[in-house]
Amino acid sequence: MAKKLKLITNGLFNENPVLRLVLGTCPTLAISVSATGGFGMGLAATFVLICSNMAISALRKVIPDKVRIPAYITLIAGFVTIIQMLIQAFSPELDQMLGIYLPLIVVNCIILGRAEMFASKNPVLDSALDGLGMGLGFTLTLTCMGIVRELIGAGTVFGLRVFPEEYAIRIMTMSPGGFFTFGCMIALLTAILQKRGKKLISSQNKCLGCPDCAHCEEANK
Amino acid sequence: MNNLTVTSSPHITSPRTTTGIMLDVIIAMVPAMIASFLFFGARALLLIAVCVACCVLSEAAYCLLAKKPVPVGDLSAVVTGVMLAFNLPATLPVWQAVIGSIVTIVVVKQLFGGIGCNFVNPALAGRVIMAVSFTGTMVNYAYPAQAADALSSATPLSVITAGNGAKLPLWDLFAGNHGGVLGETSCLALLIGGLYLILRGVIKPIIPIAYIGSTFIFLALFGCEAPLASILSGGLFLGAFFMATDYTTTPYTNTGKLIFGLGCGLITAVIRTFANSTEGVSYAILLMNLIVPYINGWTRRKPYGTEAAK
Repeated sequence: MAKKLKLITNGLFNENPVLRLVLGTCPTLAISVSATGGFGMGLAATFVLICSNMAISALRKVIPDKVRIPAYITLIAGFVTIIQMLIQAFSPELDQMLGIYLPLIVVNCIILGRAEMFASKNPVLDSALDGLGMGLGFTLTLTCMGIVRELIGAGTVFGLRVFPEEYAIRIMTMSPGGFFTFGCMIALLTAILQKRGKKLISSQNKCLGCPDCAHCEEANK
Repeated sequence: MNNLTVTSSPHITSPRTTTGIMLDVIIAMVPAMIASFLFFGARALLLIAVCVACCVLSEAAYCLLAKKPVPVGDLSAVVTGVMLAFNLPATLPVWQAVIGSIVTIVVVKQLFGGIGCNFVNPALAGRVIMAVSFTGTMVNYAYPAQAADALSSATPLSVITAGNGAKLPLWDLFAGNHGGVLGETSCLALLIGGLYLILRGVIKPIIPIAYIGSTFIFLALFGCEAPLASILSGGLFLGAFFMATDYTTTPYTNTGKLIFGLGCGLITAVIRTFANSTEGVSYAILLMNLIVPYINGWTRRKPYGTEAAK
């Protein structure tokens, strides 16, 4: 049980897809302009991640190795189309806010990355939990970044006004502010993990210091 | 052994210190400070004081928090503060100047390693961040009460962009009796400060001459009807003498400095002539700052008797 729980918390902190694996950077920078957008994007990606991880895991013995990437993309695109239609039907405002980035979930590196790194090697339940953890990590990060950028850049949080607009520092809602917030969040999470005694960069095994130790063949030799 | 500092040769000592150089720069900026007081009143001095105080305090606070030695004594934060204030209009709300100063010192200077490590000029980067963030107040220029009619409600560059540059009174442009940001208006005061720096050996005249000269030539080539009025307007003299001569963000060699000055002039002239914005000095210097490592690579000196590096 503890092991299953760890699959979920792994995606939240130790292997946070955005801040530790540095995947899905494009939607992160583009959508985290507002907290609502970040939260909605995160939930949509979480849905796709759980479904695609489960489907790919269930079909992992059927899909031939040579054509696995096209097969994965087709499966992912199917789920993205479903979530896009659902959002268009039930929340047109969110659809407006996410714009082109909603269909672009298909090529989000987190989803293909987890399919390749995790779902293609693990049973269905584990893959679903991994998808849930990664999705929640993505949602949490995007929402936090959205809150910071929206608060400083527009004076609102989730659309509610905190201070008058004339005191807003508008660069935070533009792309430089996105990169700045992104860098600060990476530094913050790294500092917290280091403080808790996690060794982040190993000098052995010619390790490049990427955070995916759990699945690294070199590190687990 | 701990008392020894081991460094590589050449072991030349010089009485010149960072503090001394920064003090010279501050002295050189005094004429422009006086000019800004004469044209824009006491509020100019208030903004300069606020920027200097915030720059020094935020540098000290950051270094204490990061457990680094506090470098306030080298006066570089004071220079940055004055330069940032020189880039602000006199009507700017004080809280915006405070935020601009903190961003300039903490984000642009200290996060990249402090003095000698910043990759762009902190005051200019701070100015651009403020210009993007506070779009309304950063262009809300003040105008001197005694300005000539043509210049009482428009900056010289916007007059030139509108096609009326030939009518501008050149002496007023040179003396600084027109609207703009605090430190840029008076070419006369900036020229006095620049000459002081050159005579004291703090800066070499290559970059200012190459920058201002090439801006004039490129403007004339691009068909600007009043190139002389254009180089006397805007932030060109301030940028050329005080911003584009910063040691950290300019090339080492004379050839490199020449390329740097020409590049700044070209970009400024292109922006002033063809772009949607009237002024291009900040972006010109920032863009050239970014390619300084490459200029240093291209203009590396060849040791005597060896083949040119490939």
